Amino acid sequence: MNLSGIREYFPVLNQEINGHPLVYLDSAATSQKPVQVLEAVKRYYEMDNANVHRGVHTLGSRATDAYEGARDKVRGFLNARHPEEIIFTRGTTTALNLVAASYARAVCREGDEIVITPMEHHSNLIPWQQVARVTGATLKYIPLQPDGTMTLEDAEATITSNTKIVSATYVSNVLGVINPIKELAAIAHRNGAVMVVDGAQSTPHMKVDVQDLDCDFYAFSGHKMCAPTGIGALYGKKELLEKMEPVEFGGEMIDHVDLHESTWKELPWRFEGGTPIIAGAVGLGAAIDFLSEIGMDAIAEHEHRLTAYAMDRMSEIEDLVIYGPREHRAGLVTFNLGDIHAHDVSTVLDTKGIAIRAGHHCCQPLMRWLKASSTARASFYLYNTEDEIDRLVSALNQTKEFFDHAIG
Amino acid sequence: MQLDDLYRRVIMDHYKNPRNRGQFEDGGFTIDLNNPTCGDKISLQMKVEDGVVQDARYTGEGCSISMSSASMMTDAVKGKTLEEALQLAENFSQLMQGNNVEFEYEDIEALSGVNKFPARIKCATLAWNAMRKGIEQAKQ
Repeated sequence: MNLSGIREYFPVLNQEINGHPLVYLDSAATSQKPVQVLEAVKRYYEMDNANVHRGVHTLGSRATDAYEGARDKVRGFLNARHPEEIIFTRGTTTALNLVAASYARAVCREGDEIVITPMEHHSNLIPWQQVARVTGATLKYIPLQPDGTMTLEDAEATITSNTKIVSATYVSNVLGVINPIKELAAIAHRNGAVMVVDGAQSTPHMKVDVQDLDCDFYAFSGHKMCAPTGIGALYGKKELLEKMEPVEFGGEMIDHVDLHESTWKELPWRFEGGTPIIAGAVGLGAAIDFLSEIGMDAIAEHEHRLTAYAMDRMSEIEDLVIYGPREHRAGLVTFNLGDIHAHDVSTVLDTKGIAIRAGHHCCQPLMRWLKASSTARASFYLYNTEDEIDRLVSALNQTKEFFDHAIG
Repeated sequence: MQLDDLYRRVIMDHYKNPRNRGQFEDGGFTIDLNNPTCGDKISLQMKVEDGVVQDARYTGEGCSISMSSASMMTDAVKGKTLEEALQLAENFSQLMQGNNVEFEYEDIEALSGVNKFPARIKCATLAWNAMRKGIEQAKQ
């Protein structure tokens, strides 16, 4: 399978919005789903649906095989060593909250530090604020350069022997910055801290190798990488996961239950209380197959080319400000068009069939750092084309004309 | 969907030349309201004496719809009793639901087009929700 003709696999793209062919440039919020994923979920419900890890019957075995098969696909996709290092969650937010609620609350004491960056999504910020509030640990930030990148010198200066946790996003959902995770992990480890990675914006778009990064935890969401909503995963190094207490208790996660005491199943199931997201995991497995068949390098290359093209073309638009670094960036462009509010830009583009994101992108502290109350963002994925970027650019020029005229 | 339905001339005039933007040097009380889904913010100040809104000012950040709506609301509410002000907010909410409502302060009717842009209704109602909160506060 290659990228030409890939759009045929995404039924949702084949429609008109407000009389124009849909141009979907909001994949950083959620990606569209190919028929391969939709079919896999449908087939699971039509043929194999049963609860996992309990029934003796045939469907129960098939459902369990499908669910655990999906886990092994995630393991392979992230190049984790063991399948039990993969815990299925509702998404990145739940995965990061699991690390915060279980690992961090047990480890952090007053005087300890948790180090993050100002570019974090709320989901990689608020869990740590809460840990700091409860444990008395201090939340510290690695400062950013004017273009939104960080230097390793600043990271070295911020991470100390009191630091217990360093958590950073691999790719910023606003700036497009790709953070030096491998180097950060090395600095964290030299100081006796663990490295947590928010992989929501990296996993869908590039090859990820958790062993090479040597991160301790890695969280991501399926829905940004062609899988259904409601499924994601946490990777954790086995020796760390084994020391962690579950945060959700109930069915599926127990070993032995007494009236007053209970014990937990082995990894990874002790962290998956309740009936898991079976169909979601099947969909995620199908999404991984789909992306792997195309090749993550080919996808990264395609997005790199599109982004370079978009940066060039959008730079030509008068009064358009692009946030984040010029080079070495991920497949999204965050911008503002003169004084026109991002919501107004987004509404005008929508009337032309173009879907972009407008607002604070769940990054309020970063917005304050950028001194922008809101921004607009166009984000790209494997199904986007240069032609769509041309339509974006032309619509932005029309937006500017419209508002110049309307405001006078 | 026609853009001109949304961005009517009256709205853009309020956006470009906002009425009542700023803060009182003294007196009045303040209501801060955010729209957490999109980041719009308003800080509304009102002076209420003898059950009548004497004056209203606002500062804030937001799109043309939310800021022009704040400009109109602060103009419209001046001189109204608390009950009349609440009725105005109710009428505005009816307008957003697509109902035909007439306003003494006619500019407001230009916002009727927002109804066709469901994602933008929360922009238009931010200032009115702040006013409603303020009136309820003043009544206590």
